[in-house]
Amino acid sequence: MPSHTKSDSKTKDQPLEKPCAEPEMHEVSRSVPRLESRSKVDGSAEYIYNLRIPGMLYGKIFRSSVPHGRIVRIDTSAALAFEGVEAVITGEDIRAMIPNPYYGPAFHDQPILALDKVRYVGEPVAVVLASDPQIAEEAADLIEVEYEDLEAVFNEVEAAKPGAPIIHDFLKPAGTFTDLKHLKGRSGTNIALDAKVCRGDVEKGFAESDQVFEHVFRTGKVTHVPMEPIVTLAEMTGPNRVTIHTTSQSPSFVRSEVSRVLGWPENRVRVRTALLGGGFGAKLYIKLEVLVAALALLVRRPVKIALTMEEQFYTITKHAATVRMKTGVKKDGTIVAREVETWWNGGAYADIGPRVTQKSGFTAAGPYDIENLKLDAYACYTNEPPAGALRGFGIPQVVWAYECQSDIIAHALGIDPLEFRRRNVLTEGRPHATGTPIYNARLTDVLDQVAEKMQWSRPFDHGSGTIRRGRGIGIGIKACISPTTSGAILNIYSDGSCGIYCSTVDMGQGSDTAMSQIAAEVLGLKTEDMFVVHPDTDVTPYDMATLGSRSTYHMGNAVLLAAKDARAQLLQFAATEMGVDAAELSCRDGAVVAPSGAELTFGDVMATHFKMQSGNIVGVGSFTPPFVMANHETGQSPDITPFWMPGGAGAEIEVDTQTGKIRVTKLVNSADVGRALNPAIVKGQLIGAAVMQLGFSLFEEMLFDGGQVVNASLADYKIPGILDMPDEITADLVEVPHERAPFGAKGVGESGTFGVSPAIANALFDAVGVRIMELPLTPEKVLRAIRKAENRPLENE
Amino acid sequence: MSEIQRRTIHFTLNGRAVSAEVASNDTLVEVLQRDFQLTGARESCGQGLCGCCTVLIDQIAVSGCLALAALVDGKEVITVEGLADHGSLHRIQESFIAKSGFQCGFCTPGFELMTKQLLERFPHPTDDEIRHYLSGNLCRCGTYSDIVEAVKYAAKEVTEVNA
Repeated sequence: MPSHTKSDSKTKDQPLEKPCAEPEMHEVSRSVPRLESRSKVDGSAEYIYNLRIPGMLYGKIFRSSVPHGRIVRIDTSAALAFEGVEAVITGEDIRAMIPNPYYGPAFHDQPILALDKVRYVGEPVAVVLASDPQIAEEAADLIEVEYEDLEAVFNEVEAAKPGAPIIHDFLKPAGTFTDLKHLKGRSGTNIALDAKVCRGDVEKGFAESDQVFEHVFRTGKVTHVPMEPIVTLAEMTGPNRVTIHTTSQSPSFVRSEVSRVLGWPENRVRVRTALLGGGFGAKLYIKLEVLVAALALLVRRPVKIALTMEEQFYTITKHAATVRMKTGVKKDGTIVAREVETWWNGGAYADIGPRVTQKSGFTAAGPYDIENLKLDAYACYTNEPPAGALRGFGIPQVVWAYECQSDIIAHALGIDPLEFRRRNVLTEGRPHATGTPIYNARLTDVLDQVAEKMQWSRPFDHGSGTIRRGRGIGIGIKACISPTTSGAILNIYSDGSCGIYCSTVDMGQGSDTAMSQIAAEVLGLKTEDMFVVHPDTDVTPYDMATLGSRSTYHMGNAVLLAAKDARAQLLQFAATEMGVDAAELSCRDGAVVAPSGAELTFGDVMATHFKMQSGNIVGVGSFTPPFVMANHETGQSPDITPFWMPGGAGAEIEVDTQTGKIRVTKLVNSADVGRALNPAIVKGQLIGAAVMQLGFSLFEEMLFDGGQVVNASLADYKIPGILDMPDEITADLVEVPHERAPFGAKGVGESGTFGVSPAIANALFDAVGVRIMELPLTPEKVLRAIRKAENRPLENE
Repeated sequence: MSEIQRRTIHFTLNGRAVSAEVASNDTLVEVLQRDFQLTGARESCGQGLCGCCTVLIDQIAVSGCLALAALVDGKEVITVEGLADHGSLHRIQESFIAKSGFQCGFCTPGFELMTKQLLERFPHPTDDEIRHYLSGNLCRCGTYSDIVEAVKYAAKEVTEVNA
């Protein structure tokens, strides 16, 4: 089925906006193959993983074996004596060079290598350096550490209770975020951030409700598993500069943070990336960069550390979350009041967890129009590996709760689940829980598209015997992170060809291609002829990071401005040469065209202006959207986000009632994307996100024993393979161009994750009448639930 | 460390006779990257489970992260770099581009080499045959449905060429 376009999108409540793009567009909305396609199919694509530098040392990290303990003694003598080992570095060696060796985007809580104590199993304690990676690995096994065990806490709700073992003596918020300042120096707590939203009077709302529902939902801890592991290589370049080659989604942040930790100005630190073999949030903020830079400084040799797959499980994860959701409704299905408490299992170091807590916290009531709200979210330290951003930034965890509960309520009231959502969903102009009006976010259209693709109004065959069938839906909304900044440069070279300089990292999402499409559209060039200079902080301007579906909107606007700036300069040069007014000129097919039909190619313009083939035109663009910080006590803001991302999914499943195994037979996805700059890539993003969430829904879960991850390998932690694909998987787009977005295009990287898990769980209820409150929906959990419902529970129940 | 022996091996790499000095514990991926600057076969899971390191040894797809380099002495090794012919892409490579059968591209060489083996044995594969054949390759970007389309597209072209 063709996707909806602006001409056939349903907009019942409001007329269509004027399309913000020019009438005839050649490059935007075209499914251009990724610009780097050839290098990806012939094996030559550049990844930092490939990089080797003469004379470099390989580092192998020795990791903590206890979840919480005071370091009594570290004995590195045997490792150091091992033939071929160049150095063994501990936290104290780092502290001798860097007096305050702690880093982190929200809290300066993470030591470069463990100092004084360890806070989770797998925490880096020492590094062995050798020219041969196998020697480094073997020698690392010879390090001995004695710990004095401390009491540990693993569950997020337990960690938040008074009397829980304290993981950090004092909270140390980073200066980056002014709204965390009130937490500075707070002690005796594992709650790194408490975020709240209040609207109306929730108690009054419950009192006025006909029925009140209260449930606790949970999602387990999962992890990113990018196929290219996290890799960093650092080298001294000159006596007082360091160059860091790294698989980072946030090169600008890495430069700032390495500079801060070293006490150097930013112009002495260079950070560059290449293509990333997947990111999904794993490669954000600081991962190995500060450590590897410190090692290179200590030994004055290039140092490379590449994590193994196992080590990625110790490095960054997605928050497990507990969500208590209490909802009051009228008999007709109107939601009157909602109270949500969410506990986020942030692990031992905050990473960006407090931001996840806050951003997901304020959307925890869902995409619904509710008068009375009270939302509380707690970022909790625990003795597990750190948790950060993972495709959705906490949204899938809260959607899991509110969309499962939507279904529970609808069934209890005898209302069709689709109709229940339609009745409550936020429409254009209505205030979100934060008070910010919903703007350019067609939730109803997304819901309609899912319903249409599911043929919701038609009868459904629920199967018989041991294979039962069911179907369910789920929708969610995310607010793009704000305020953030992106800068871009558009350089027209002396022959008229162009380079785009931006620090957005292409990790497979197709940003190089999208930015090229935007610039090419402005300049009247072919996308295929554009070149994107990959992030290099010596060369490319600042960008907050490639995360949270922000790049198309933010960097897209910066590139748009840079291209317009370059075009204006080019037209001015051409106007002088052609003797016409610049306003009369346009760009088409690589030439400046006058109303008379006279043309000058870009190269001709440069050559005539600079008297020979030489020179540059440098267009610059910088974009920061407006933003109003939320009130700390109420969470209210008139402008909390530059754009909203609605996403929905519908699932049809088969359940084997003898084994509990769920097979998803059909998975439909829909999102309001504003405008798809590149429809094929956009649909690929939605489906890819849905496939990832399918894994988190059905089988992915990090399992722990006393804080030790026991399934840290792809042998024991299964990610979706080709045999897990639904028979039918689709992506449909709601395209109503966003007025402030580049050619109307919003971010799309995460929207496909939102609805998948509850859609499957709701289908499970439809099929066999059982509810499971905690992800993932493993065969064992499903079978236990089925047997319990049949009053013949399995053993150990 | 147990005794590491070094020896010189001779093998055919993408149609060219080559030799390399390898340690007994060097994997084939390490040797391809270190000694031949071939970066298409990549280690990801390190356990032979993800397929990112797939290479063909004597026409059989194997996990290069588990294959010891010393054991390819006298054999024929084909990597993704050996698919293109004098700069013109193999039909499988063209099909992966035409059907957007990748996003980040890290797993792509492995999928392409498995597809080569698949199409040599099953020139007209069914969807099920494709899925079963490619079930040992993982793509975290989740492009499987596009990969299936790419394989079918490549197979169609084979048929047309043969006809």
